[in-house]
Amino acid sequence: MKKKVLTVDDSRTIRNMLLVTLNNAGFETIQAEDGVEGLEVLEGCNPDVIVTDINMPRLDGFGFIEGVRRNEKYRAVPILVLTTESDAEKKNRARQAGATGWIVKPFDPAKLIDAIERVTA
Amino acid sequence: MDMNEIKEIFFQECEEQLAELESGLLKLNDGDRDPETVNAVFRAVHSIKGGAGAFGLDDLVSFAHVFETTLDCVRSNKLEPTQDVLKVMLKSADVLADLVAASRDGGSVDETRTRGLVKELEALAHGDVPSPASHEAPKPAAKAPAAAPKAESPKPTDDSGFQPIPFTFDDFGSDEPAIEGSTYDIMFKPRRELYSKGNEAALLLRDLSRIGEMSINCDATALPALDKMDPEGSYFGWTISIKTAKSEDDLRAVFEFAEWDCDLEVKPSEAESSDEELPMIPVPFDLSALDDAPAVDDKAEETLAAAVAAAETASNVAKAAGAAARAEKKETAAAAAAQNNAAAAAAAAGQTIRVDLDRVDRLINLVGELVINQAMLSQSVVENDATGTSAVNIGLEELQQLTREIQDSVMAIRAQPVKPVFQRMSRIVREVADMVGKSIRLVTEGENTEVDKTVIDKIAEPLTHMIRNAVDHGIETPEKREAAGKDPEGTIKLTAKHRSGRILIELADDGGGINRERVKQKAIDNDLIAPDANLSDEEIDNLIFAPGFSTADTISDISGRGVGMDVVKRSIQALGGRISISSRPGLGSTFTMSLPLTLAVLDGMVVTVAGQTLVVPLTAIVETLQPEASAIHSFGATQRLISIRNSFCPLVDVGRILNFRSTQANPVEGVALLVESEGGGQRALMVDAIQGQRQVVIKSLEANYTHVPGIAAATILGDGRVALILDVDAVVAASRGQSLKAEMSLAATG
Repeated sequence: MKKKVLTVDDSRTIRNMLLVTLNNAGFETIQAEDGVEGLEVLEGCNPDVIVTDINMPRLDGFGFIEGVRRNEKYRAVPILVLTTESDAEKKNRARQAGATGWIVKPFDPAKLIDAIERVTA
Repeated sequence: MDMNEIKEIFFQECEEQLAELESGLLKLNDGDRDPETVNAVFRAVHSIKGGAGAFGLDDLVSFAHVFETTLDCVRSNKLEPTQDVLKVMLKSADVLADLVAASRDGGSVDETRTRGLVKELEALAHGDVPSPASHEAPKPAAKAPAAAPKAESPKPTDDSGFQPIPFTFDDFGSDEPAIEGSTYDIMFKPRRELYSKGNEAALLLRDLSRIGEMSINCDATALPALDKMDPEGSYFGWTISIKTAKSEDDLRAVFEFAEWDCDLEVKPSEAESSDEELPMIPVPFDLSALDDAPAVDDKAEETLAAAVAAAETASNVAKAAGAAARAEKKETAAAAAAQNNAAAAAAAAGQTIRVDLDRVDRLINLVGELVINQAMLSQSVVENDATGTSAVNIGLEELQQLTREIQDSVMAIRAQPVKPVFQRMSRIVREVADMVGKSIRLVTEGENTEVDKTVIDKIAEPLTHMIRNAVDHGIETPEKREAAGKDPEGTIKLTAKHRSGRILIELADDGGGINRERVKQKAIDNDLIAPDANLSDEEIDNLIFAPGFSTADTISDISGRGVGMDVVKRSIQALGGRISISSRPGLGSTFTMSLPLTLAVLDGMVVTVAGQTLVVPLTAIVETLQPEASAIHSFGATQRLISIRNSFCPLVDVGRILNFRSTQANPVEGVALLVESEGGGQRALMVDAIQGQRQVVIKSLEANYTHVPGIAAATILGDGRVALILDVDAVVAASRGQSLKAEMSLAATG
């Protein structure tokens, strides 16, 4: 069975890059444009892993991660933070919110797939 | 989809982000302190940086990074967004736009300017408040300024010391029989947080096993009895001995995501090789046993159910209902509103689709054909005299109504707000004002006024030219303004509004106004008017649109560029628009452009002129009248005037102007169409007869044939005949040319 990845990013460019990269690697991809939509889409899509941006309108990555971790059904899903943020404070906040791991943008496809493989069975 | 397509999307998105950035900065400039505005500005730069990084656009990344860092200071309230700070930011936004353009189209940017701004931004980020003059002359870079942002650019490293180490599995699974290298002892004891963040010890151990040959020992001594066990607790620890060619750092990298949430020790093995193979101990954790265990509380059961993603537990019923509601929401937005306000907002925000412009244009073409077809059908019904049947009549009327509605709806698809064009203007004002040392504020109004996309695309250039003119010639220098008792900061106001089926764009400056003496003298010098011509103020003002007219004594680099207002006027006319100016000495000038909302159809009056059928745009016609012989007055050899309600208006014989006939028609036998030309002032156009009024689909003459002076375009009538659409302004201009200077021919104004 294909692994299902939920990607949450407000940038169309990044969403498309993720889509192409993940599809090429044989993943099924579901997309959301921000944290609010991410939490909506989460219900019913049952992803194996979530890849999310931090800086997003309406609900940012921190809020989204907290939302997932509060969700009884999906709180165990691994969440990778995909962001250009390289300062330690942001990463710390993401971890405290419950992020599983992170990928520093600009991501290269190998790095992304590798990170996903690392947190999924 | 391939990378090139994504890159295309990236550049599209950049345009949107740049617009967002600029409008946000301008809002801040106007005193908006909403944190969301700052956030949006930050996100715009951030997104551009993110995308640029993915495509390896290093120059763009470096600049965006510096810019972002400074914006972050504003976001975290470390830097007050004062006017001076925003001035630097607005200029940075311009440079960012240039860098995006350079990345897209090739070409280069002004590197000195970029470097200067990098320094200014960095200074801001370090808390140096700019002096108002600091940006005027960026000092030559003292020490390799380009290298500074580079060093800070977001390479995969950060201050926390985290360094992602690219590791591949290339050598994993290869048939190397023995692993060269050293042995390490690893002690790994996860805490419960490790699991709650979605990490999994088994996966970490799996990854570790891929690096080298290892033996593993599980310490399960902390595992309590089942009834005492917290299902989310962490009870196991592992000691691992691994023989690998990789370094200690590589081993630690495996635990990169987990190292905060576990006790981890990695050290070179003291007993260099331990041959003892310790089998992995199976985890004594049986889920079915748990299910049966009576002591397990509800929470535990639920958690486990979640872990195995079983949806059938009772607690999930509510969620399933939620999911069902969500599916329903997709069908009716109204239901969503009732369900969940936040979700409704999401639906409203997301209710747009991107459509290829070609498809819309094809639809518009088809609707155009439909309009023609409907007109033909009406006509043939009339010709076959089937109009007596009321059912046919009603059907025809309904068809007409529907066609009209379809047409309006299709046009609405192409309609776009003028906002992006207006936003571009603020940059031009900034740059030109900087260049000529003036202080000017651009005020825009009605930016959400919608107009056909083609009109928007084509309006940018003439508008840019006019803005440059207004900044360069319109607004006076601060000293002059102060001497005249005005605010040293000039104001240019750009307004868009809808008026009677057209869009009106006004460009008003509070500058010195038109110097009529000078304009008139220039026109005489340039042989545009006779030295003794007696012109009204309005007519003098409109001389600036005459071909080959330029008041700047030396053509400046800014507004000159060899093009004058005549070019502006011509491009506006090519869009079926009109432009006029009104000016008050000392108080400023206002340019008014009136443009059609769409270029595809127009309401026209179908008239006969010398046996030809012509269409006159309805928007140009003020009224129609049947002239009485007593109202016609001759004036000079060829001119005639018509007296309408005690004022005189020149008569223009359309047939004569278009060379359909060589003699003047008798006005009493025809119909006069009173038209208002863009220069103000009315003219009475003489035509032979009015056939009717109808909506016509515009077919470009330029695209199919060639430009014909006095003719704007062509159309196909209901009976299949081609009719020409009159260019009222060109005809009026030609007649005015005659009255001003006899030899000024139609061709010259066309």
